[in-house]
Amino acid sequence: MKKLSARRRHPLAAVVVLLLALAATGGLYAAFAPASKAQADETAQSLAIEEGKKLFAVGCASCHGTGGQGTSDGPSLVGVGAAAVDFQVGTGRMPAATSQGAQAPRKRVQYSQAEIDQLAAYVASLGAGPAIPTKEQYGAEGADIAKGGELFRTNCAQCHNFTGKGGALTRGKFAPTLEGVDPKHIYEAMQTGPQNMPSFPDTTMSEQNKKDIIAYLHAVDSSETENPGGLELGGLGPVTEGLFAWIFGLGALIAVAVWVAARTAKAKKS
Amino acid sequence: MSTTTSTDSRSRGKAPAGERLADWADGRLGIYSLAKANMRKIFPDHWSFMLGEVCLYSFIIIILTGVYLTLFFHPSMNEVEYHGSYVPLQGQLMSEAFNSTLHISFDVRGGLLIRQIHHWAALIFLAGMFVHMMRVFFTGAFRKPREVNWLFGFLLFVLGMFTGFTGYSLPDDLLSGTGVRFMEGAILSVPIVGTYLSFFLFGGEFPGGDFVARFYSIHILLLPGIMLGLLVAHLILVFYHKHTQFAGPGKSNKNVVGMPLLPVYMAKAGGFFFLVFGAIAVIAAVAQINPIWAMGPYRPDQVSTGAQPDWYMGFSEGLIRFMPGWEVNFWGHTLVLGVFIPLVIFPLVLVAIAVYPFIEAWVTGDKREHHILDRPRNAPTRTGLGVAWMTVYLTLLIGGGNDLWATHFHLSINAVTWFVRIFVFVGPVLAFLITKRICLGLQRRDKEKVLHGRETGTIKRLPHGEFIEVHEPLSQEQLHTLTAHEQYQPLEIGPTVDDNGVERKVKGAEKLRAKLSDAYFGEESQIPKPTVEEYKEITSGHGHH
Amino acid sequence: MSSQDIPEENLPAEQDHAHGAVSVADEKNPFADPGLPPHEHRIQDVDERAAKRSERVVALLFTVSMLATLGFIASYVAIPSDKSIFVFPIGHISAMNFALGLTLGTALFCIGAGAVHWARTLMSDVEVADERHPVAAAPDLRAKVHEDFKQGAKESAIGRRKLIRNTMLGALTLVPLSGLFLLRDLGPLPGTKLRHTLWSKGKLLVNMNTNEPLRPEDVAVGSLTFAKPEGLEEDDEEFQTEIAKAALMIVRLQPENIKDKRELEWSHEGIVAYSKICTHVGCPISLYEQQTHHVLCPCHQSTFDLSDGARVIFGPAGHALPQLRIGVNGEGYLEALGDFEEPVGPAFWERG
Repeated sequence: MKKLSARRRHPLAAVVVLLLALAATGGLYAAFAPASKAQADETAQSLAIEEGKKLFAVGCASCHGTGGQGTSDGPSLVGVGAAAVDFQVGTGRMPAATSQGAQAPRKRVQYSQAEIDQLAAYVASLGAGPAIPTKEQYGAEGADIAKGGELFRTNCAQCHNFTGKGGALTRGKFAPTLEGVDPKHIYEAMQTGPQNMPSFPDTTMSEQNKKDIIAYLHAVDSSETENPGGLELGGLGPVTEGLFAWIFGLGALIAVAVWVAARTAKAKKS
Repeated sequence: MSTTTSTDSRSRGKAPAGERLADWADGRLGIYSLAKANMRKIFPDHWSFMLGEVCLYSFIIIILTGVYLTLFFHPSMNEVEYHGSYVPLQGQLMSEAFNSTLHISFDVRGGLLIRQIHHWAALIFLAGMFVHMMRVFFTGAFRKPREVNWLFGFLLFVLGMFTGFTGYSLPDDLLSGTGVRFMEGAILSVPIVGTYLSFFLFGGEFPGGDFVARFYSIHILLLPGIMLGLLVAHLILVFYHKHTQFAGPGKSNKNVVGMPLLPVYMAKAGGFFFLVFGAIAVIAAVAQINPIWAMGPYRPDQVSTGAQPDWYMGFSEGLIRFMPGWEVNFWGHTLVLGVFIPLVIFPLVLVAIAVYPFIEAWVTGDKREHHILDRPRNAPTRTGLGVAWMTVYLTLLIGGGNDLWATHFHLSINAVTWFVRIFVFVGPVLAFLITKRICLGLQRRDKEKVLHGRETGTIKRLPHGEFIEVHEPLSQEQLHTLTAHEQYQPLEIGPTVDDNGVERKVKGAEKLRAKLSDAYFGEESQIPKPTVEEYKEITSGHGHH
Repeated sequence: MSSQDIPEENLPAEQDHAHGAVSVADEKNPFADPGLPPHEHRIQDVDERAAKRSERVVALLFTVSMLATLGFIASYVAIPSDKSIFVFPIGHISAMNFALGLTLGTALFCIGAGAVHWARTLMSDVEVADERHPVAAAPDLRAKVHEDFKQGAKESAIGRRKLIRNTMLGALTLVPLSGLFLLRDLGPLPGTKLRHTLWSKGKLLVNMNTNEPLRPEDVAVGSLTFAKPEGLEEDDEEFQTEIAKAALMIVRLQPENIKDKRELEWSHEGIVAYSKICTHVGCPISLYEQQTHHVLCPCHQSTFDLSDGARVIFGPAGHALPQLRIGVNGEGYLEALGDFEEPVGPAFWERG
């Protein structure tokens, strides 16, 4: 919060806000403009690519190369597709911090959705790859939660835990928690395999499979998830349960024992 | 004869109903002589003496709730399709064991509560036994005549671990199934007979269709039955030996000071049962444990990260996680050291603490009864060894959860594993040295206090300008309490030449014993407690500060 | 040297002083036991109003317990078992579990608290001392028992009639053998069961997700797929036991990234099939890092390098993951070219 308020007073803040507003307006226009003519679509598309190219040159090219061909600091983006860009930039993983840790973590998103779409359009133009999924693809309609659970346990739980709480990988890398992640981003992650996550393309994990998994995650790992027994304790299994039993269980009982065994207050001697 | 009969019948006619009932029972069971010995039995008051009660009561709670659970649980591995009220599993194939556990959790009213009380009570039971055992260890309550009771307690702890493990495996969920798979792998590593043991335990190949039913009879009948027997024996011995006590005014090795069983302890101990039960019920109301519905049914090709056993098996998990992958192949056979070594160390870690009383008794050569407890500081070597043992145990526990340490403290899992590999050897040595130092420091402080009195915090200026802090001499009660402990002298090897001038061979065991005795009671290992002479000299010398 | 030989001076002086000894300070020994301190009265012992207050507190606690039990019954009857409520800060929880647990807990806890409060404030708190007696029997009793035992043993003539003693010992040693034999049918003998899986030449690799056979073009570089042998269905009776050995993990590498020669030979266009069962203790290992080609076991962190014959690079596993040799059949589907050449899963004595 401190950072945000400090940045708000930055001399360039007004410019940034103005640019964001403009971009948002442009994006909204692009989204809502009548799409009857293919001609207009194409123009919008090439416009977006143009804009995306500019953004790319400023924000991404230092690591991924001016044409997205990749450098020693970042992989080639040719053929990763729009979905990969939407995921990486949309979850704040890209642009990455200059001092790379074991992996780029999820952080505050740096671009507006409109800018992300422009970047995605540009990167998609470098080589064919998976497109950004639509709401029908990741929406809950027609999903089989139980099947999703089975698929999740087969394909995902080994890294992300039973209910998507995340877990450790080698040498400081980790599979992040899936709580609060936009279904669209989960879909894109399965499709594109960001960083060290393997991909689960439609050829081996069908669209319906992905939909089921997302619906299952919503059922077991969202703010509305019911934990009938009470506190979830992080959903991490016996380790936190053991800690809880020691600290609050045995701890409380020892406190009670101290009371039971303590001497009762004596009458004051006068 | 006739007169007694007549008085008997007369008094029976008049006596209140309770008394008549007691007379009836006495005539058949001899309860009056039992009551004479026990009804007004004295128990000393100290919170740490109630840790054993925590265990006793949680055990009773586990039995009560466990019996309830058996009314609904189906110990079968037949595959069924789920049609209960938990939506995210509907239509899934699962074993009847898992299905019935879901039924208990969602469709039996109060079933979830009883399940959670059962599981929380189990974790607390084991934690209570651990702390109780440490209390007995650090205060030296295991010394004669209580060595046998120490062993009973130790067996209860070990059996409790296995009862817990078999119970954890019964619902046949993905987490516990992974634990059972680990157990199968560990059994397979046993040289020569491993595969046979595994096939006999699982009725063939893993997982087969038998282990839930087999674990069930072990979990609800075999192990708890043995434990109940041990528990009764443990309690009888506590009554028979009478409780130990800390040193203090009026407390000696030949008495026990406290309050009578009837009424004070009846009310306190009986009340404590309800307090423990109530506290665990509240925990089960607010904190969820082992949500098997979130884990899903067991399938040998599925797994989740963060797969750990309940805490009491955590140190074995640490053992298996920190081992390097050693495997030796020879003459067509495989020695799976990477798994077998942890499997051997596992009981050794436990046995190390179990045999300690006998080692100490051998070193001291003390054959007397001990009913006055040691303060841990007054037995620095024992305390140091105990803390060293706990360090090994805790390091292994940390190793058992290395993945969660890595994710929650942003560490590399490999680094955590390497830390455990090194610290499990270095840690206990450090812990021993540091603990011993601290104990000796505390002994010095006690000595200081006895000789120079308590620091009052009042600063006084002497006529020649020097500032001193006023020390207040201790009361006789305090002096007695601080000097009541015993101090052994290190054992020396007797004369190597006997009266006739014939040289005697000093046996290795004798040398070892002398060395150990020196390590325990030598100059480096205890501060000689103040003597009456020292005290008198100081108090008479400059009586007033 | 037996422990009896410990010289007396090495043992500390016995702490024996009669209980209730003189409570006046001993001139000779300021450290002597002054005896039990005199009993001090509690407020409740001297002030009847305080005692009455304690009585009311105890009665109140017992009354609360009764009310809580009524609350328990009311919750049991009134709350539907599937009702969910939001309780801050616990979250969305079962109303029934919460209500039943709290009322039961309160009912029990209040009984305990009442009893303890009663004991602490109203029952006598005068400390009493009980004498202890040595556990070991007095010498004459000890002698008597030994004598009796010898008498009994003599009367049984077990020492004299060796034939009886020896045959009895023989019988008692042998009889448990029947029990041991009865355990034989706990399970079949292992035989070579651990060496074989369902895989055999020509079996198609069926995708676990879609239940369809896999084609090479389905498997992209960087993707992760799990497969089972053709013909094995989830509702088969032996599914659990078979999948415990046959589960397969399929990844595709760039062929030039494959360092191990045999791995490359057994792959198809960079598609490699490895056993999903860890060689350590059998967890389904599958934490595949597509950039490093490492696969980590979530149970004990054994790490294998899939680009180098799945050799172990970290952790407690003792040998590489077994690889399944695969190819493509006439219709363009991936197929196994045989069973695994070595046993899958944890190592065992006969593995060799």
